[in-house]
Amino acid sequence: MKRGRTRRRVGVLPGFGPTLGITVFMVSVVVVIPLMGLFVRSAGLGFGGVWETVTTPRVLAAFRLSFGASLIAATINAVIGFLVAWTLVRYEFPGKRVVDALVDLPFALPTAVSGIALTALFAPQGWVGRLLAPLGLPVAFTPLGVTVALVFIGLPFVVRTLQPALMDLDAEVEEAAAVLGAGRLQILSKVIVPTVLPALLTGTTLAFARAVGEYGSVVFISGNMPNKTEIVPLLIVAKLEQYDFAGATAIGAVMLVLSFAILLAVNLLQGWTGRYREGN
Amino acid sequence: MSIEARNITKTFGAFRALNDVSLTVPTGRLMALLGPSGSGKTTLLRIIAGLEQADHGSGQVLFDDADVAVRPVRRRGVGFVFQHYALFRHMTVFDNVAFGLQVRPRRERPDKQEIRARVGDLLRMVQLDTLADRYPGQLSGGQRQRVALARALAVEPQVLLLDEPFGALDAKVRKELRVWLRRLHDELHVTSVFVTHDQDEALEVADRVVVMNEGRIEQEGTPDEVFHHPATEFVMRFLGEVNQFHGRVDAGRVAFADVELDAGDHGRLAGPARVFVRPHEWDVSLAPPSQAAIRAVVKRVQSAGPVARLELLTADGALLNAELPQELLAQLGLGADTEVYVTPRRLRVFAEDRKPPAAGA
Repeated sequence: MKRGRTRRRVGVLPGFGPTLGITVFMVSVVVVIPLMGLFVRSAGLGFGGVWETVTTPRVLAAFRLSFGASLIAATINAVIGFLVAWTLVRYEFPGKRVVDALVDLPFALPTAVSGIALTALFAPQGWVGRLLAPLGLPVAFTPLGVTVALVFIGLPFVVRTLQPALMDLDAEVEEAAAVLGAGRLQILSKVIVPTVLPALLTGTTLAFARAVGEYGSVVFISGNMPNKTEIVPLLIVAKLEQYDFAGATAIGAVMLVLSFAILLAVNLLQGWTGRYREGN
Repeated sequence: MSIEARNITKTFGAFRALNDVSLTVPTGRLMALLGPSGSGKTTLLRIIAGLEQADHGSGQVLFDDADVAVRPVRRRGVGFVFQHYALFRHMTVFDNVAFGLQVRPRRERPDKQEIRARVGDLLRMVQLDTLADRYPGQLSGGQRQRVALARALAVEPQVLLLDEPFGALDAKVRKELRVWLRRLHDELHVTSVFVTHDQDEALEVADRVVVMNEGRIEQEGTPDEVFHHPATEFVMRFLGEVNQFHGRVDAGRVAFADVELDAGDHGRLAGPARVFVRPHEWDVSLAPPSQAAIRAVVKRVQSAGPVARLELLTADGALLNAELPQELLAQLGLGADTEVYVTPRRLRVFAEDRKPPAAGA
């Protein structure tokens, strides 16, 4: 099974050479070179300068909020997204097409519009905020509000990556588990979730990545209070507005490194959960 | 454990898959449900397993004379083997086989060592012990189906149900596996029912064969009985090739294709009839025999194979198929355009009272 990976496969489709070339070229032009620029810019500060910039309490608080809220939002999306995808794949109900189309809306909407809509809804006078405020659960202008916005924009990623995986799932496999004596919960936890885990991880990672970089929908609902509800992308914009380009790029570069490390880790995890695909 | 299905009816929308079907499988027997697709055989199997429910108010399924209606599928103690294996692709072969033991409630679950030992035994039995750490995706079709069988047997089922178990495999593997299934059954004696549309498979493997068509049982019997004494036209057509003629039965004689013969057992029929002759039940000769025979011209000889196959054209333009031993073919020196006389050694006659059932694959 190891061999299949290293051996170069010869197929009917034209060459490995040109395709890899184009891939490397595109990734370089679109991703690597602009990001290198970021590092070059921030290098002006020197390592000490960068360290000093990103370890100020305000920046650290923003990092905590950005990554923390994104992680929570992605986790919530993993659960809700699974349920939504499951419902859309498994059941027939009136209005299914409409619900299916609605899932994509956060993709299509300008994020500022979603931000304004969510703020209007969750503000203390808003439809939902009015109900939550008396319970001591203010949403708008709190970290909770940030999380809500990130859940909103991340949901389609999980649903759309899970749907095909769930459709692929053979009903016979569940029947086989039931005949062998497994209960519903055991079928879910031992058969269905592990089978679609690679897709679930992909979707959750995409939702997480999107959440870390999200700007438009968050800035309205968060209220942007330094040390409390200020996210990293906003901080970067704030620095830029003060013409602190070096500071902005320094924060950006650190964010980049962190994000890359997390995505790489998830990718490795994915390879591990999908190991049964080897040799297929 | 014996299985009994009583008066089962099942409809899917407007389609009646099973129509008042009753069936008994005695303890320790291996029974085949044989029929074309859409005959209801898989539905019957799934109702026995509890994967499907019979129509409300119709019929019962009994295991050892106890109604199992109240037992959901997971408590019926059946082993089920699916046509497309339905293995858990994220689990190794070992974990697949161990699954049924692992999901038991803690107090009924054997301990780790025992599970390991039992799965090891099962994998040795299906000759896959060296592949315990592989994933299903890395196995061939035949190996996957053996894993599926080991998995089904791991829970020590009282009843083993197999839905077209060899349907997705190629001809050679199929043949090997069916011999192997028969041997396995002779060792384990677990009451088994398997569904197939392949008459050779049913006749070769099963103790008893149930031939199904359009949601009904056409005939039940030993492989010999259903093959040599088909109860209906459908069974006759389904269990092998036939040559078919329209004829009449009168006073114990049957007339068809310009011959008139003794109708034998079928003499009590009267009126229009359909006459069937299997290709291997023709006597072929060069000279006119003493009894009535059909005159025909050889159109094609296909002699590759254990028997030679002839395509014959009769005087009234009908095509007949005949099979001859190779030696006889050589002895007669038959070739294209040879004129021959054929007469059935054996024929079967059914009254022509309803329209012919569609012969399935």
